[in-house]
Amino acid sequence: MYLTLHVWRQRNTEAKGRFETYTVEAEPEMSFLEMLDVVNERLISEGGDPIAFEHDCREGICGSCGLMINGQAHGPEAMTATCQLHMRKFKSGDTLRIEPWRSRSFPVLRDLVVDRTPLDKIIQAGGFVSVSTGSAPEANLVPVQRDKAELAMDAAACIGCGACVAQCPNGAGQLFTAAKVAHLALLPQGQPERDQRAIKMVETMESYFGNCSNYAECEAVCPKGISIDFIARMNRDYLAAKLTRG
Amino acid sequence: MTLDAKIPSGPIQDKWDKARFDLKLVNPANKRRFEILVVGSGLAGGSAAASLGELGYHVKCFCYQDSARRAHSISAQGGINAAKNYRNDGDSIWRLFYDTVKGGDFRSREANVYRLAQVSNAIIDQCVAQGVPFGREYGGLLDNRSFGGAQVSRTFYARGQTGQQLQLGAYQALSRQIATGQVEMFPRTEMLDLVVVDGRARGIVTRDMVSGEVRSWSGDAVVLATGGYSNVFYLSTNAKGCNTTAIWRAHRRGAYFANPCFTQIHPTCIPQHGDYQSKLTLMSESLRNDGRIWVPKAAGETRSATSIPEAERDYYLERRYPAFGNLVPRDIASRAAKAVCDEGRGVGHGGRGVYLDFADSIQRLGRPAIEARYGNLFEMYERITGEDPYQVPMRIYPAPHYTMGGLWVDYNLMSNLPGLFVIGEANFSDHGANRLGASALMQGLADGYFVLPNTISDYLARHMGEKRLATDHAGFAAVEGEVEERTRTLLGVGGRRTVDTFHRELGKICDDACGMSRERGGLEAAMGKIRALREEFWQDVKVPGEGRELNQSLEKAGRLADHFELAELMCRDAAEREESCGTHFREEYQTEENEARRRDDEYSYVAAWEWTGEGNEPVMHREDLTFEYVPPSQRSYK
Repeated sequence: MYLTLHVWRQRNTEAKGRFETYTVEAEPEMSFLEMLDVVNERLISEGGDPIAFEHDCREGICGSCGLMINGQAHGPEAMTATCQLHMRKFKSGDTLRIEPWRSRSFPVLRDLVVDRTPLDKIIQAGGFVSVSTGSAPEANLVPVQRDKAELAMDAAACIGCGACVAQCPNGAGQLFTAAKVAHLALLPQGQPERDQRAIKMVETMESYFGNCSNYAECEAVCPKGISIDFIARMNRDYLAAKLTRG
Repeated sequence: MTLDAKIPSGPIQDKWDKARFDLKLVNPANKRRFEILVVGSGLAGGSAAASLGELGYHVKCFCYQDSARRAHSISAQGGINAAKNYRNDGDSIWRLFYDTVKGGDFRSREANVYRLAQVSNAIIDQCVAQGVPFGREYGGLLDNRSFGGAQVSRTFYARGQTGQQLQLGAYQALSRQIATGQVEMFPRTEMLDLVVVDGRARGIVTRDMVSGEVRSWSGDAVVLATGGYSNVFYLSTNAKGCNTTAIWRAHRRGAYFANPCFTQIHPTCIPQHGDYQSKLTLMSESLRNDGRIWVPKAAGETRSATSIPEAERDYYLERRYPAFGNLVPRDIASRAAKAVCDEGRGVGHGGRGVYLDFADSIQRLGRPAIEARYGNLFEMYERITGEDPYQVPMRIYPAPHYTMGGLWVDYNLMSNLPGLFVIGEANFSDHGANRLGASALMQGLADGYFVLPNTISDYLARHMGEKRLATDHAGFAAVEGEVEERTRTLLGVGGRRTVDTFHRELGKICDDACGMSRERGGLEAAMGKIRALREEFWQDVKVPGEGRELNQSLEKAGRLADHFELAELMCRDAAEREESCGTHFREEYQTEENEARRRDDEYSYVAAWEWTGEGNEPVMHREDLTFEYVPPSQRSYK
């Protein structure tokens, strides 16, 4: 199959970017990133400058990869990270526009590679249980209702890729933040710090990202299918914490 | 130099207590005087950095990913073992210890393995307290499953994403320390060399992967938690960035490399589907609980799987190993798959695949039961292959997955270079010649949470009051200079071939000669081929761009250069080990029934290799292994 690619190229954060056009012969069994590997191998051989893009596990779990493909974060297949997207999803003759994550909070470092440091900052603000090594009680001391544990796992499945931010018209970081707030708030182990966690994480989030106005674009592109219900949970926790703690 | 493993005296169950009592401590007020450099942020590095920070040490932690959360531990699927005996099925610390020593085919250290089993329970406690959402029963207590053919149910899991959840637990603990300033985190920073002054590890040299800046860091101790080297095979289940550079550079600076030939090939991975393939994807081996593995009886079969009648199928594992059937250990399942493909009976692309068939289970248990157990795995398979495993059998093939070999460490996890500690997959210590399922997560967290934070104080206390070297010390300048020179050389070759074409070729050589089956002639030939390819690499590689910028080709080239050297040592070690054990199968040493033949009288040792300089033969040092508690026996799964 033959494809035309318009790829965002940008030498570094300060440089001005532009789209460059490439054609590529791909096979349906290839993953999307393997298709880009083929383009890069050719570019290097021809003395050109390969396209920088982020990737690591290529199994959809590390959260490194992430491209806007024809305006859609991670491309057209639902619940699929870019590395797990395969070329059989496209047909010969297609034209693909490939961009880095779209968000002012994620500056481009080079080509399709962006800086997602704000996501780490939100976790550092309170996305943990303060339990130092060695001080934990026996694991089965506290039973956890099974359906709550399962729901916590649904939230905890977030891979931190940033697609939610990239797809949001406001560039909001709610889904990412809510996934961690809800994961820990659903478990007994998360209760002692529940209020201050919600306040600190939400306020840190707001210092980096835009506001949520319930477009739900984030949920639609999330490769792990994380529900916006968790945003409602986070908002409730935040409000309750603010009311009781100021 | 003699290798002293520093194993405490006394009965095995008391050794760890004794060690903790005998090791020197650093008092709380003095801990803040020490600076510890931790390289890697996976289960081992992340948990170590967090725990050392909690203790009050100053820690600098480095990783090549853009966030500490993304270290490759995150990809582990199956689970983590612990000897809780929650299921009342006869498990104990002793049994976990026994199974792990036996599973490692008697090539690991008893004392280390016993300690691993001892701390396994505390790991589960710690992770639950962190909020790791392990699978639970309806009563709200933790669920367990049997994994990798174990006779007891001791594996804790978080769906098929156990590694992810444990990794996030460690990352969150680390984040808490970063927030307090106790740990400084340096993502997108790759360690390119170790600085050794007067025989002690004193710091590292890194490259900032965005600006390209090369920089020195001085520390009172250096901890390497940089994972394994399966990517020497090019196609493996490891993340693309996984590499051997940190441990290989440390090896070149004097750290011994132990048992490099012990590499694990995981039996259930999605087969290669084309020449452009960039990596292989693991399918959890839990699938073997309900899937039946088979190939056509006749070579060159062209019919589709579903149209091959029952009588013309060979369920070769059930046939050869009636007692364990499809649940034989990883090394045996992998070799058997290779053998049937070598006979021309493999299926799919290039004839390198076997069927994993769920038709019987679906008929027996119903589709909903299979969906509940493996739904997410079936989806993943379909996403990658475009085939529906509910309708047609999966195709699987073994793939390089984990490396038991690594830098030699003593009982305290310190290498032979004082001040250099090595934890997790990067060291060689606990798995012997074969790792059991759900034991990698256990070891990474045991080392990082519970072992290293206790043992490192002994070294630090002995150097109390000494001044840390300044990074303008000549020792740092020299190494920085070498790193810069290497970068210049790589960029200056100006050849014709891309890094990936060399890496693929290296992978093929290693896979053919030093993969699931090995033989002296092939290994010796491979060493020659690797040397020739390495020479060609330095003559003809093409690395575009510059050093002082984000340059992914340059990163890959540097890593591959080290993989070449490691590959040669791996083949040499495999050639020198004239026996079969665990994953190391030498064709010359097999029983009449084609099973591995161990030679305990001559090879019951750890081979620790010393680098003796470019172009010189490495020197092997032996650490003899003694088995006081688990008498060596021949494994049998018939």
